[in-house]
Amino acid sequence: MSGYLWLIPLIPLAGAAVNGLAGKRFPKAVISLIACGAAGVSFFLASIAFFDLLKLAPEQRHLLQGYFTWIASGDFVAQAEFLLDPLSGVMLLIVTGVGFIIHVYSIGYMHAEDGYYRFFSYMNLFLFSMLTLVLAGNFLLMFVGWEGVGLCSYLLIGYYFDRRSAGDAGKKAFIVNRIGDIGFVLGIFLIFLTFHSLNFGEVFRQIAEGTQRFPVEAGLGVLTAIGLLLFVGATGKSAQIPLYVWLPDAMEGPTPVSALIHAATMVTAGVYMVVRCSPIFSRAPLALHVVMIVGILTALMAATIGLVQTDIKRVLAYSTVSQLGYMFVAAGVGAFSAGIFHLMTHAFFKALLFLGAGSVIHAMGGEQDLMRMGGLRKHTPVTFWTMLVAALAISGIFPLAGFFSKDEILWSAWSQGHPLVWLFGLITAGFTAFYMFRLIFLAFGGEGRYSEEVRHHLHESPPSMTVPLVLLGVLSITGGFVGLPAWLGANRFFRFLEPSLAFTLNSEPAESSHAVEFGFAAISVVAALAGIGLAYRMYISNPKSAEELASRWKRIHRVLLGKYYVDELYDAAIIKPTLNASTNVLWKRMDAGFIDGAVNGVGQTIRNFAGILKNVQNGLIRSYATWILLGTAAVLLYVYVFLRGY
Amino acid sequence: MNLLHYLILSMLLFVIGAVGFIVKKNVISVFLCLELMLNAANLSFVAFSRHLNQAHGQIFVFFVMVVAAAEAAVGLAITIVLFRNRNTLNVDDADTMKW
Amino acid sequence: MMETALFYLFGGIALLAAINVVTQKRVFYSAISLIVCLCAVSALYLILEAPFIAAVQIIVYAGAIMVLFLFVIMLLDPFSAALLRDKKKSLRYAAIALGAIVLVLLVPLLNTYSLSRTPRNPEMIGGGAGSVSHLGQMLFSEYLLPFEMTSVLILVAIIGVVVLSKRRP
Repeated sequence: MSGYLWLIPLIPLAGAAVNGLAGKRFPKAVISLIACGAAGVSFFLASIAFFDLLKLAPEQRHLLQGYFTWIASGDFVAQAEFLLDPLSGVMLLIVTGVGFIIHVYSIGYMHAEDGYYRFFSYMNLFLFSMLTLVLAGNFLLMFVGWEGVGLCSYLLIGYYFDRRSAGDAGKKAFIVNRIGDIGFVLGIFLIFLTFHSLNFGEVFRQIAEGTQRFPVEAGLGVLTAIGLLLFVGATGKSAQIPLYVWLPDAMEGPTPVSALIHAATMVTAGVYMVVRCSPIFSRAPLALHVVMIVGILTALMAATIGLVQTDIKRVLAYSTVSQLGYMFVAAGVGAFSAGIFHLMTHAFFKALLFLGAGSVIHAMGGEQDLMRMGGLRKHTPVTFWTMLVAALAISGIFPLAGFFSKDEILWSAWSQGHPLVWLFGLITAGFTAFYMFRLIFLAFGGEGRYSEEVRHHLHESPPSMTVPLVLLGVLSITGGFVGLPAWLGANRFFRFLEPSLAFTLNSEPAESSHAVEFGFAAISVVAALAGIGLAYRMYISNPKSAEELASRWKRIHRVLLGKYYVDELYDAAIIKPTLNASTNVLWKRMDAGFIDGAVNGVGQTIRNFAGILKNVQNGLIRSYATWILLGTAAVLLYVYVFLRGY
Repeated sequence: MNLLHYLILSMLLFVIGAVGFIVKKNVISVFLCLELMLNAANLSFVAFSRHLNQAHGQIFVFFVMVVAAAEAAVGLAITIVLFRNRNTLNVDDADTMKW
Repeated sequence: MMETALFYLFGGIALLAAINVVTQKRVFYSAISLIVCLCAVSALYLILEAPFIAAVQIIVYAGAIMVLFLFVIMLLDPFSAALLRDKKKSLRYAAIALGAIVLVLLVPLLNTYSLSRTPRNPEMIGGGAGSVSHLGQMLFSEYLLPFEMTSVLILVAIIGVVVLSKRRP
């Protein structure tokens, strides 16, 4: 059964190769067919794999398929192996499903682009990397996928390579990711040192069975160190503090890229990795606390920045950072399955939001500034309704998907004994609802604030774009039902993921009365409605009030608009000194001065020496005769000194 | 007279010839000093020949003289050609075979 | 006794003439001094019981070779007192120094040669090792090949000289 598992990543790779190498000459229809076909087939196979997994009994849902020995060096052996279990199965469906939908959407969105084949080649390559990451059976292969998605992210962010800002954004993303990767790699080293294996099952089994070697650590033990290092990598990939600065800039890429990579899949790799390593984290409370704190701080901070942004994609970018924070909070309080649940629902509505934003931008002929939009609900109805659904979902309104997943997280935060985290999470939820509906009202509500020529251009997007929107809308509505919480009678999602968390401690959610849970759920909904209401007041019924508020709290407004000046801080504290040191010390002094000087110096010394030596051959007979006489004297001296005895 | 005196004399003549070979500037002077050196060697040969009461030394002197004659002839011919081309007899002016 | 005095006499002449060869400015006078030196050495050969060599020295060396030198000197500006410039003055001092060193180094080595003289062999043909007949015998028996080679050598030298000094048209 799992014999065809390898096809799932490899088919998109083949698609990428074909489109990349030969796509320049293909007509657009062929390119689309290859790319979307590859994604579609991959999704189809993933579904089959998933259902095959369901056929097995829960304890047996752990299929490790090895293909070949990749590295065998001394006692370090790394296999190329794929692991299919509930966790990777869920991720598989998300990646291929949402990926396929976005591929179809891109046919319409990118139809006017020159590098059409390049785009789809990169997108397929991304699918391959992400699927490798998700299916990997050991840390090394996961890292391969990890780096692969980073590469594709760079390629796709910098897709419009003739724009300086796009190239810079791509570089920023890649470099910041790399910084996180240092942590990841160090973590992998430490794992190998400790367990002498990189295979997931092997490592986790050693942890679970070695209760003496690997107890729950109080302070900084081996597992905590590993956990923290791995988390550094996760902050890079999943845009948490302090390595989130690349995500807003990544909006330079085409909107489908933002939807797929920077909302639904790549950025969730960090969450996936943390959940996969839950056996390690659950025994390292210090690391978990760090994860939780970073998560909630990121969530809150990003939400506040999103309150005032005017670029439609920026709002969504900060929203993504914020929601990722929620997922890490879930992991941090031990509710790993809740984190994955939110990952899934977030993929649906965030992708929908981004694709809808793309549709809006497409309709407005390229305009991305919210302040110049307005009243679009009349002109782009499908986009409007689907985005409304998504906004409701992300705000956590019952019974849409976001409600169940976000509520699960907040409840876990409270029940695991972190009331402050719950409070901040609640506030963030209110902010989320606010800025999301601010976006909706500014873009679709009120009257149009755009120019005449834009008005003529306004049109609803073609079916290739609107159908995916509708699909994702349906998923945003229904996606939550697979994870109905305990007080509504199910808790199915957790049960499903349980085999993947077999070696994790304390993965069971806390027991408490259903009424209390219900009460908390109600509080979250109230917070969300408050946010929506405030947004309505400020942007529909009393449009001037936003500006008044901004001018009254000018300084705060400026700080928020300036993203807390974090980028400027990094630039001054890290980037400029590094560049300075690089140029003046490393380049000028060491490389040009020292190394080049040494190398050239050797040459110069030899040249000088030869310059002196060449004068022996001066053509003068007398000089040569002198040398002969000197030789004679030397021989005689030798005889005199050493051979006197004869 | 024992051998030593003749050998010392021969040595002195040789060294004088060698120094002169290096110090003199005129090409022909250099040749003269060369002949001087050859003579010193000859003297040494003959001295040994008398000392050991053999004729071999003197035979060798005979050959040395023949060779010296041939060499002097050819060398002077070269000098003439050199003078013809460069119009100088300074030994330092024939220094083009150099770096 | 006689021998010693004669040795010192002719040895001194030879030495002085040699020094004169080296120190004379004009090449003509150097050549003349060299002739004197050669004659003195020839006298020394006589003292050393080598009459043939002594004669050959005068005839060939002083008589032919030096005359040839004088011809060439006369041909090429013999009385030129023009101070020919010196491209490397340092060589002069180097040469003198080296000469002194060589001299000094050779002297101790020669001390080993205080051997006694091998006595005369009375059965030698024609009286003595250095006599013409004995030398002739040796040249035409033991050293026949080199002897013939020298004639070839001279032939080669003659041809060489003729070719070299031809004026190219």
